[in-house]
Amino acid sequence: MPSLVSALRLRGIRKTFPGVLALDGVDFDLLSGEVHILLGENGAGKSTLMKIISGASRRDAGTMEIAGVPVDLTGPRHAQELGIGIIYQELNLVPHLSVAENILLGREPMLCPGVLDRRRLRRIAQELLDELGLTIAAGAVVSSLGVAEQQMVEVAKALSLDARVLIMDEPTSALTSQEIERLFATIRRLKARGVGIIYISHRMEELFAIGDRVTVLRDGRYIGTKAIGECTLDSLIAMMTGRDLDAQFPKEAARPGEVALRVEGLGRNGVLHDISFSVRRGEIVGLAGLMGSGRTELARALFGADAIDCGRIEVHGRERRIRSPREAIDLGLGFLTEDRKTQGLVLALSVQSNLCLPSLDKYARGGVMMETRERAAAGRMVDELHIKTPGLQQRADCLSGGNQQKVVLGKWLCTAADILIFDEPTRGIDVGAKVEIYRLMNRLAAQGAAILMISSELPEILGMSDRILVMHEGRIAREFSAGATQEQLLAAALGRSV
Amino acid sequence: MTLKPFLIRYARQFGTLFGLVLLCIALWIATPYFLTSSNLLNIMEQSAINALIAVGMTFIIISGGIDLSVGSLVAFTGVVLAGFLHDGWPWPLAVACGLVAGLGCGIVNGLLVTLGRLPPFIATLGTMSVARGAALLYTDGRPSSGFDSGFRSLATGQVLHIPAPAVIMLVVYVLGHFVLTRTKFGRYTYAIGGNEEAALLSGVRVRLYKTLIYGAGGLLSALAAVLLTARLNSAQPIAGINYELDAIAATVIGGTSLLGGQGTMGGTLVGALIMGVLRNGLNLLGVSSFVQQVVIGAVIILAVLVDVLFKPKKK
Ligand SMILES: Nc1ncnc2c1ncn2[C@@H]1O[C@H](COP(=O)(O)OP(=O)(O)OP(=O)(O)O)[C@@H](O)[C@H]1O
Ligand SMILES: [Mg+2]
Repeated sequence: MPSLVSALRLRGIRKTFPGVLALDGVDFDLLSGEVHILLGENGAGKSTLMKIISGASRRDAGTMEIAGVPVDLTGPRHAQELGIGIIYQELNLVPHLSVAENILLGREPMLCPGVLDRRRLRRIAQELLDELGLTIAAGAVVSSLGVAEQQMVEVAKALSLDARVLIMDEPTSALTSQEIERLFATIRRLKARGVGIIYISHRMEELFAIGDRVTVLRDGRYIGTKAIGECTLDSLIAMMTGRDLDAQFPKEAARPGEVALRVEGLGRNGVLHDISFSVRRGEIVGLAGLMGSGRTELARALFGADAIDCGRIEVHGRERRIRSPREAIDLGLGFLTEDRKTQGLVLALSVQSNLCLPSLDKYARGGVMMETRERAAAGRMVDELHIKTPGLQQRADCLSGGNQQKVVLGKWLCTAADILIFDEPTRGIDVGAKVEIYRLMNRLAAQGAAILMISSELPEILGMSDRILVMHEGRIAREFSAGATQEQLLAAALGRSV
Repeated sequence: MTLKPFLIRYARQFGTLFGLVLLCIALWIATPYFLTSSNLLNIMEQSAINALIAVGMTFIIISGGIDLSVGSLVAFTGVVLAGFLHDGWPWPLAVACGLVAGLGCGIVNGLLVTLGRLPPFIATLGTMSVARGAALLYTDGRPSSGFDSGFRSLATGQVLHIPAPAVIMLVVYVLGHFVLTRTKFGRYTYAIGGNEEAALLSGVRVRLYKTLIYGAGGLLSALAAVLLTARLNSAQPIAGINYELDAIAATVIGGTSLLGGQGTMGGTLVGALIMGVLRNGLNLLGVSSFVQQVVIGAVIILAVLVDVLFKPKKK
């Protein structure tokens, strides 16, 4: 149980960005040894508050106390010294360095000034990893690890600082359920050691599994703090959104039409083997599987981003060779990528430019942009998807994570693609907005789009799919109809026969 | 557009412009001759060649690349042009062929980067040496001089009392600004430099556009070669040495990020003018060329330093 020792105390925190009041008088208390959930819709100000606590950003007004002592952080380094560790929403590792080098970056053990003690470096890092019960080798290069493992490296890194306060901003958005269990086990161990943990996630079921208390923000304002035991899913959603939410998965019955996409015997050396399936118009086909089972690789191959070695692809009944994303787009395919920062967005460009990038031809005549048309199209998407932004010209990297995700989704709505591949479409999106996206998928399907939805969230797969494909080690292991159970999917994903 | 967001968006450009104005005021106080119209026109004329090359460089750097070969391309296209002129071709045709030669060389750079997958630094380092060598071979190392007056009027002529090179420069900047901000080509340039993978997955034909961007760089180098050859009434195989550095400097002083994805044409123009004003002013003051080098280097560092210091902190 959490002690009553205050680890962190914030009062009246305020933060503005040009055109945005991100935080407006927010209070927050963290006790040692508790897991304190921070909840709010996309753009509510959660990440901004965490950046202030971790010294990455300055508050405009308000006070902050660490263990009862008022502090004014001068930067991230200062926060680290005061025992605050943070794992950001977006991963922040140096890809070409080893795990050990990343964990101890900036604090490497030295043989003598200027010369690294590589053996000790490796040993300290390995001890940390072992302590967390991880099977990652300290010598491995970070870029060779999967997203989940990289996430664990971030945890190890934060802990190596001997943090008394650990912030986790959507740590599980890229993890599968087993990995989440491992992370939770680690969190429980840290709690027992008296570390105070601030936990942000849009996966509501996690909050009840791991949280002690919850604080809700809405539009940058403090709404309230409650013990998790006093809350229900509905009451939390009402606090977050100010209204009630009817159904989590508003699935409508599909009326499948003719086959839009057919794949036969598709293979890519070492990654994909003998993949055959089809998706009909009006159908949502879920694609489940573990991290690394080849789901994203399949999507990339279909979209012409990676070459295929064998197999046929038929689009609307005609065999096609898709050699580049451009050709795929011209055939009416759309691909919502899983990692918005590296594949989905051009962060330095505006919301408008990002939204219109795949469909630019529609807003240009003779290569010259027709600004009004482009602006109108982008404006429509911002309205339709409720993207929270002060304007169309706002740079994409100034949006909150969930709103960035909506921009990536909007790109493909602008192209009017009718074969849509969604790779983790609701990653980092709040509950209310998730339902909006599901409704949108329903609407697209009803209009005759064929949708292939990759997701690591089994409830989402089960809740929204008409049929479900499960991949295992680069093959389609099984196909299920909509009535499958979570256990069946998991068994197939693990390669067990049921 | 209301004024405030406009100012915020272009703060960097106005900063550089402010620097240029300050520099002019300082030189005006130091030497009154500086602010005569004939001297100002003179500066425009002298800046034109670097400024033109910098237009191409801006596109290339925004797209995330770099082009070290532009100086050598000035020499190479210059001697090719001179060859055509001496063969008795009508000068407009010769100029057109020179420009096409530049475009071709640029496209070769682009193909090395896209199809050859060479890092732009390496690819253009190579073509820099190749083009220089080719120019020397072609001319046997000797300059070729003496062209007809029609051709030379490209450098010596005037439009409304403004020297022709300055007019050409301004027209090219207006065009460059238009292409960068109002066309698909410009938008893709930013997208490729900002995030090549995302651009590719959004259906941008990255290889095609990159090749064209380097092609544009070659074309503008050739245009600079035309003006240089006309002004000197001579094409020299050793012309254009260090021009790539001047063009990169103008671009960077103008606020274009060497990491790609960000930059403006107006900024580059101001950057090129700052370098021109500085050279001119230091000459007027009788400062030795050795000292000039030191000063110009310091200004480049200062400009980027100011940029780094005043940029809002990354989250
Ligand atoms: N650097 C910035 N410049 C301008 N506005 C910003 C910047 N960072 C955040 N904002 C704005 O501040 C608000 C709060 O953003 P924040 O990232 O804290 O949201 P969040 O609660 O973490 O949302 P999500 O669940 O989507 O991650 C948003 O409206 C966002 O657009
Ligand atoms: Mg966030």
